[in-house]
Amino acid sequence: MNFDHIILTIILLAPLVGALILAVIPEREGAKTHHIGALVVTLFTFLCTLHLAAHFNYASAPGTFQFEQTVPWIASPHINYHVGVDGLSMWLVILAGILAPIGVLASWNAIKVRTKLFFVLFLLQQVAMLGIFMALDLFLYYGFWELSIVPMALLIATFGRTENRRRAAIKFFLYTFIPSAILLAAMIWLYTKTGTFDLPMLQQLAASHSISDSSAALWLCSLAFLVAFAVKVPVFPLHGWLSDAVQETPTAAVMVLAGKLGLYSILRFYFGIFPEQARHIAPLLIALGAIGIAYGALVALVQTDLKKLAAFSTLSHVSFIVLGIFSFTVAGLDGGVYQILNESLIGAALFVLLGLLYERYGTYDMRDYGGLAGKHPWMVTMFVVTSLAAVGLPMLSGFVGEFLILSGSLQAYIPHPMVWTAIGTTGVIFSAAYMLSMIQKLFYGDLGLRSEEVVGWDLKPREHLELWPLAVLFLVMGVFSPFWMKSIDMYGTLTADKLIHFEPGSIKHIETETYTPTANLTSQQLDVVSDLQSGKIAPASVASKEVR
Amino acid sequence: MSTNLLALLPEIILTITGVLVMVLEPVIAPGKSRKPLGWLAILGTAASIAATCYQKHVLNTSGVFTAFYSTVQIDAFSVFFHLLIACVVLVTLLASLDYFASPITHAGEYFALVLFGATGMMFMTCSVELLMVFIGLEISSISTYILAGFRKGQATASESSLKYFLLGSFATAFFLYGIALCFGATGSTSIGAIASGLNTTATPTLAILAVAMVLIGLGFKVSAAPFHVWTPDVYQGAPSPVVALMSTAPKAAAFAVLLRFLFNGTPQLRGHWILMVEILAILSMTIGNLGALLQKDVKRLLAYSSIAHAGYLLVAFTGVHKDAVSGALFYTAAYAAMNVGALLVITQISGFDEKLRSIDDFTGVALKRPYLAALLGFFLLSLIGIPFTGGFFGKFYAFSGAIHNGYVGLAIFGLANSGVACYYYLRLLAALYSRPLGDSSAAVLPARTLSVPAAVAVTAAALATLALGVAPNSVLHLVQHSAPETLPAYVVVPAAATVPVATTTAP
Repeated sequence: MNFDHIILTIILLAPLVGALILAVIPEREGAKTHHIGALVVTLFTFLCTLHLAAHFNYASAPGTFQFEQTVPWIASPHINYHVGVDGLSMWLVILAGILAPIGVLASWNAIKVRTKLFFVLFLLQQVAMLGIFMALDLFLYYGFWELSIVPMALLIATFGRTENRRRAAIKFFLYTFIPSAILLAAMIWLYTKTGTFDLPMLQQLAASHSISDSSAALWLCSLAFLVAFAVKVPVFPLHGWLSDAVQETPTAAVMVLAGKLGLYSILRFYFGIFPEQARHIAPLLIALGAIGIAYGALVALVQTDLKKLAAFSTLSHVSFIVLGIFSFTVAGLDGGVYQILNESLIGAALFVLLGLLYERYGTYDMRDYGGLAGKHPWMVTMFVVTSLAAVGLPMLSGFVGEFLILSGSLQAYIPHPMVWTAIGTTGVIFSAAYMLSMIQKLFYGDLGLRSEEVVGWDLKPREHLELWPLAVLFLVMGVFSPFWMKSIDMYGTLTADKLIHFEPGSIKHIETETYTPTANLTSQQLDVVSDLQSGKIAPASVASKEVR
Repeated sequence: MSTNLLALLPEIILTITGVLVMVLEPVIAPGKSRKPLGWLAILGTAASIAATCYQKHVLNTSGVFTAFYSTVQIDAFSVFFHLLIACVVLVTLLASLDYFASPITHAGEYFALVLFGATGMMFMTCSVELLMVFIGLEISSISTYILAGFRKGQATASESSLKYFLLGSFATAFFLYGIALCFGATGSTSIGAIASGLNTTATPTLAILAVAMVLIGLGFKVSAAPFHVWTPDVYQGAPSPVVALMSTAPKAAAFAVLLRFLFNGTPQLRGHWILMVEILAILSMTIGNLGALLQKDVKRLLAYSSIAHAGYLLVAFTGVHKDAVSGALFYTAAYAAMNVGALLVITQISGFDEKLRSIDDFTGVALKRPYLAALLGFFLLSLIGIPFTGGFFGKFYAFSGAIHNGYVGLAIFGLANSGVACYYYLRLLAALYSRPLGDSSAAVLPARTLSVPAAVAVTAAALATLALGVAPNSVLHLVQHSAPETLPAYVVVPAAATVPVATTTAP
């Protein structure tokens, strides 16, 4: 039986139905009913998302969507339930799928009271996130976008760690909601100009310059989109909510707090509907990205609180992605998208590990730790693997993304790409500094205050189960990156520099070969690569040639 | 059935039920529960809903009809508001059946007054003669004045009632004055005749003044700033179910009159009144939201929020004719559903004596009353305007109408305002779901069970809010396809031209 046309709806409905079922199951003190229920639901969803990877058609024309489903929803204004994925969003859907069961496992002992509320909100958050990645109708997308804020704010307000939680929740909500309100105005304006909310149609209109004659209005509209997304990423000066929110959010939710939702929205909607404006504003965003990398890393360097350190390291890492995607080079875009996947997985692993430490020792203050390596050999292994992936050690996933991003930004068609790339590169060094010094402070040296007082325990089987898939993925994604790249590249080549036509010869096509470890390719693919390297064919035609 | 009887059938049923309740009240022994009277009132309201549905049926077969010498007009517009008001009243009555559990006198009168008030509001929406509208307004106002002070033992209740009465009568006087000026300018007080009279009037300034006066009078009723000062105090002192009623049903009626008067009665003056409406909208949104930011008392907070919502609704008036009317109607329905729901849940949580007042008192309510807290959370999200709730589509249609007609700045201002607004709703929402702070009142709140009628009422409100947010098609169809027919777009002609223009009252 062919599920292709309804698989996305199934993925979307599974956590929603799960949430509703969990909501009516009564909660008993100390019982794990809701934990198990949530685990079953998220695992089922994850398995469904794997269907996408198995049945994805790499031969389809770039820019088309697969597994599409369209159902009319509202007659006036014309709104459809329109979902679909392409090379960009497919992996993000799967990413959301795999993070969910890990999140449930990470909450197994951390959430003891009000488990029902927690898992219902967690699953609703999952619905919203999957919806964002799938929606191809601007209105439907906006629905999920706003919806994603609510469970998160409630999770922070209810399950926050300190007395500061309510403030953090409100701060998070305001930071993300107010720009979204302006985004709504921009969306309605677009609708009044074009009469459609359908993304592919809007993209066509944008490509043919027929949205509006007024460039000033288009600019304002595009800024509304950009700011709304940039806050959610967060891009450098808009990151005020991040630190508070990260400190308060429980582990399972903090994994999906920053990064991918905003970045995906930029890639899909901002680049899709406002390709020209995006290119014009790219130098600014590249600068902000570079500053964000260095700033986040420098602030992370001086933190003593582990969660704060993780928050600013997140800022630094998402800024990398901003730097990459706004370079509008194939390497930058591919690397940026790939790095979204990496950053989410690495961040997830890091937050899980921090959560495990907190479960054992009840503090996030680095000064209270020390000398844990002897007590927890497995944990230190996982910590080191995660840190090395985060700092971009070759062979691990972070390297591929960061390398592509930096090589992309170096070729960006902006003034002084070298300067911004150089500033961005310092982030690699700083991140090594703060990650490794964190490991040093936590695990080596003399036994710290808390680690002396408390008898900790090494990883338990459940905790192994949380971390091993991530650790394996770091390695696999570091070595077999072309497996992911072949779909991501379908998006990257299409988006990179469609509009700016430079004189022949001024575009150096060195991007695509940089990430292609030729050893893993078939002979047919090798032909393609050599063609690419010699500049015989444009990268865009890679996908189609592979099939032949 | 004669046309006259049919035209006022819902109002007649409500009046008879109200009188019956009054008559039967002394028959029940003192100290006995007054619940049967409540059930009688509910029955009457249900009957009037049925009567409205019958009117709709007649409407579908034989078209718009008028009665009582063309002073009352039954059209899809009036049927919509009849249904809306009756549903609000029904839900409020259901939720307040157990409100008077303790031996409180005059519980019977409460039910009767609600019914009389509803009669007045319904009458307002179907009259096309301003003097008749005025009578309806008075009937509804007097009932609400008394209801506002219903918890007689408390000082805030007397303040609430007196303040509402004094300022209310003042505003009604403005409304009456507006009618008089209208008569002076056009020689008629009938909405259709005013429109045609405006084409030939010799004193257009007088007409503008008349519109301004009517706007002041009705602006008070819908609590649009700067005529809003009564709202927080009155809401704070009035019993919660009464606030649920008076923050929605009379406002809906007043908006109905405003729509008829502005769009049908004085379309030629659109250039003038749209400016006034815009100012009212901007002021209401700003004052409502900024005021709410400072509130600690939950009911005062919702009072300011209702001022802001009146502002959003007024934004819808700036759309082109069809968008404006349908947007405003949809918003009225969505606002009624979510606000009634929110206040009824608060009624259930805090009870008759209303021990829980400030936001801090509501801290941790979710622990004791998980379902009520979830419902209140849902209504608050709808008030914020989160997608998949009625409030979102309400705002969406209102603002898209404005943007469509070129009022982009106003729409952006409004949406930015709604962004600010989410802060105070969130404070309440976050409080509900936070762990209780020490010995806050919610921690000692007894876990009472929800009575079945009240549960039905709040669930119905929640379902309505959800339905408006997930499947707005049916209501949208109702407002989009029926309202413009009965409130026809007026061909605006220059004052000098004497082209005959279609009157609003269909033959």
